[in-house]
Amino acid sequence: MFYDQARWTHDSEDVYEPLLSEKSTKTVKIDESPLPPSLTRDDLELPNLSEPELARHYTRLSQMNYGIESGPFPLGSCTMKYNPKFTDDISTIPAGAVHPERPDETIQGTLELLYKLQDYLGRIGGMDAVTLQPPAGAAGEFTGILIAKAFHEANGDDERTEIIIPDSAHGTNFATAALAGYDVVSLPSDEDGRVDLEALEVAVSNQTAALMLTNPNTLGLFERNIEEIATIVHDAGGLLYYDGANLNALLGRARPGDMGFDIMHYNVHKTFATPHGGGGPGAGPVGVTERLAEFLPRPHIKQHKGGYRLYDPEQSVGKVHGFHGNWLVLVRAFAYIDRLGDAGLADASAKAVLNANYLASQIDYDVPYGPFHHEFVASAGDQDAADVAKRMLDFGVHPPTTKWPDIVSQALMTEPTEIENRETLDQLATAFNAVVGEDDDVLESAPSRTAARRIDQVQAARNPRLSWHALETED
Amino acid sequence: MSDSATPGSPFAPHTPDETQAMLDVLGVASEEDLFDIPDDVAFDGTFGIPQRSEQSVRARADKMLNRNANLTEFLGRGHYSHYIPSLVDNLSIRSEFLTSYTQYQPEVAQGFLQVLFEYQSMLAELTGLEIANCSMYDAATALGEAATLANRLRKTSGHRVLVPKAISVGRRDVLENYVDGSEMVVESYAMDDGNADLDVLTDLVDDDVVMIYAENPTVRGTIEEGLAKLGKLAHDNDAIFTLGSDPVALSLLEKPSDVGADVVVGDASTLGIPTSFGMGLGIFACREDFLRQVPGRLVGISEDSAGMRAYTLTLQTREQHIRRERATSNICSNQAWVALRAAMHIAMLGPDGLVDLARDCVTRPEELAERLDDISGIQAPVHDRYHFREFVAHTDQPAKAIVSDLAGKGFAVHRVGEHEVQVCVTETNAIAVDEFVAAFEEVA
Repeated sequence: MFYDQARWTHDSEDVYEPLLSEKSTKTVKIDESPLPPSLTRDDLELPNLSEPELARHYTRLSQMNYGIESGPFPLGSCTMKYNPKFTDDISTIPAGAVHPERPDETIQGTLELLYKLQDYLGRIGGMDAVTLQPPAGAAGEFTGILIAKAFHEANGDDERTEIIIPDSAHGTNFATAALAGYDVVSLPSDEDGRVDLEALEVAVSNQTAALMLTNPNTLGLFERNIEEIATIVHDAGGLLYYDGANLNALLGRARPGDMGFDIMHYNVHKTFATPHGGGGPGAGPVGVTERLAEFLPRPHIKQHKGGYRLYDPEQSVGKVHGFHGNWLVLVRAFAYIDRLGDAGLADASAKAVLNANYLASQIDYDVPYGPFHHEFVASAGDQDAADVAKRMLDFGVHPPTTKWPDIVSQALMTEPTEIENRETLDQLATAFNAVVGEDDDVLESAPSRTAARRIDQVQAARNPRLSWHALETED
Repeated sequence: MSDSATPGSPFAPHTPDETQAMLDVLGVASEEDLFDIPDDVAFDGTFGIPQRSEQSVRARADKMLNRNANLTEFLGRGHYSHYIPSLVDNLSIRSEFLTSYTQYQPEVAQGFLQVLFEYQSMLAELTGLEIANCSMYDAATALGEAATLANRLRKTSGHRVLVPKAISVGRRDVLENYVDGSEMVVESYAMDDGNADLDVLTDLVDDDVVMIYAENPTVRGTIEEGLAKLGKLAHDNDAIFTLGSDPVALSLLEKPSDVGADVVVGDASTLGIPTSFGMGLGIFACREDFLRQVPGRLVGISEDSAGMRAYTLTLQTREQHIRRERATSNICSNQAWVALRAAMHIAMLGPDGLVDLARDCVTRPEELAERLDDISGIQAPVHDRYHFREFVAHTDQPAKAIVSDLAGKGFAVHRVGEHEVQVCVTETNAIAVDEFVAAFEEVA
């Protein structure tokens, strides 16, 4: 048992930490205002609590929440790894807290740090130019696809209306292609869990704008035929897009640019250990080869007369963020890369791959396919993967990602990352193995040792109550 | 520790013996044998990035960032600085919040889910709309999402999106990219002394307009005076009315629901995060009947098997991990931790504190504009309107020279025209106002 959740409750109450609105609110009438009443609202009702009350509220809530410092967090494809503390401190250096519209010459330090990060990412990915503007991985995908579109349009090649995406890809790939106005061609996997080359030959045509590919893929498998894949796509006039979600497996061992990818995004919050913050902020820098550099978002940073300046690439796709993206995340990524260097980055991948393969070898569930890189997908077999996950919570660990990708039945997608030692991996395996063969009634009633018991998701969707105002109207 | 003393990742805990034991279990000789990468695509070079100690990295970053000029910023135009209470910094970095992930296992994520539910609730109160999501990246991306929402609601009837001529370049550019994959086109409507020109807008609107967007306050700091008419104009033509704002302004200015806003977007980074080179927190609120079309994550109330109230992500069938290319948006990672900080900041201020802050946002620019207006060669503000946080001033000298000369005296303002600068004042730079006015007097 790693972690026991705080449960702030009394048997007689139906809440374990009241909402702020249930503790105290106050309505302020807007009658004394420097504005005429026609331009102001009538009143405002908000929580009204003292600082000590708030301090306890947020401390209690934090104790009902699981983070990477609470215990292992092997969510496949999410790459939850430890975030070094010194990167937090660097992200808040006061001299770095500048407004985004200051003149270049007054923010040379900021531009230098970002330029160095661009350069680091370019070397790590084998890319010629990198933009840091996209504020998340999906925003990076969108940026990359806009670049592909602009490239084809610049070539007068406007019949390319399709993006090819393997069926095991991240859902964001599909949504991004649709947002950019493309039709999605879904590509089936072969029996090895990798891209089916024959199916790819059939799928490509003079309508192909790009193939979006994750390598290693979401099953943790390296696409060994990547050179042939690149040839097929390029021969058809399409571009090859690399989804960087799984880059943690390749650092120092292979580079997307060397594999033939034209465009890639980096999930710096995954690969380079910046906190996920309960769902963000992230950052999704995009790297491209030389022939696509002119299409990068504006502004871009370049060296100029011994300093750094912002400029607009000639055929820029425009902007994907109001300003320059998520600075606090980018600084952390810079600091992390600067700390690890070549040796540390390569070792991070080595240990991530070692840990994934070791854990896969220790669990009793069926683990199809292989060999694995950073993650593997076990099958819960006859059991429901969601139930298995809930039961694992009782062992004080965070469970893996469940029921995805659906090419593995009852999938448990597991990514321990490099930060766990053997003892922790063995305890994770113990949690997996304890659930194998457990009765359905045990699984269905789990978890029992967490702040909340099994939560009714159907009720939440059928009767949406999305603010405390919705609760008031029920009373 | 010297810079070269640690050959591996300092964050991988394996001892050499442990690594060897694990390799033995797997029956391979080395870690390299675990990599399934064909030789012809394997990377055999180095990145040329040396490993450094923690101390060395900190010193390097410190030295670099201290090359930034030490200017007192009177800058706004979509990115604002307000004082952040220590409670926000201190409690938001508790590792259970900062190092957690999306709440896919709600039973062990009740704390963050409750915070996000409270955030949604406070935005619902501020906007008067029933639904607020857990965040978008920033105001610009939220505006883009509003346009794609309007397009889904209107299906094929209409393709024009109308935005004010005075809109930040970033917001306009991002919006153009969000509508790039559809038939929609973005058009500007003219301004009249810093507000939307209702006459021009009325002539522009027809039933081909899918969305009208307005901001309050505007990017030039003016408070809009014709919002209810804009809302009616939109609805008379079956268009979605989207309003851009921020939580501080919303606490005082006309309630969006009262002027007919169907959607409210904007940036809540006005509360909870320090000036950080433009990092944002996109807000997105809308009417209840748009529920199934809302982009992004939503937290709802349910109950657990013990009958206790519980929180969970809900209506995920709108999202890309379920619906793939038919999702309402591609947003996955959002700005959850920033939303947590904004919620903490609002709670810390309370209704009195927030409204007081908003009142100061009206009086401070008015007072500063009066003082600048007294300077020969400066007319401020150029718009005969009420202002919020910022205003535009006319300069007889070229604005470029004014901005550069002010920088030489330690101050930053925006140049927004040949003879126009924009000035933003809040409690964080108020202490420097006397020196700022004196500097202005010298350069005007």
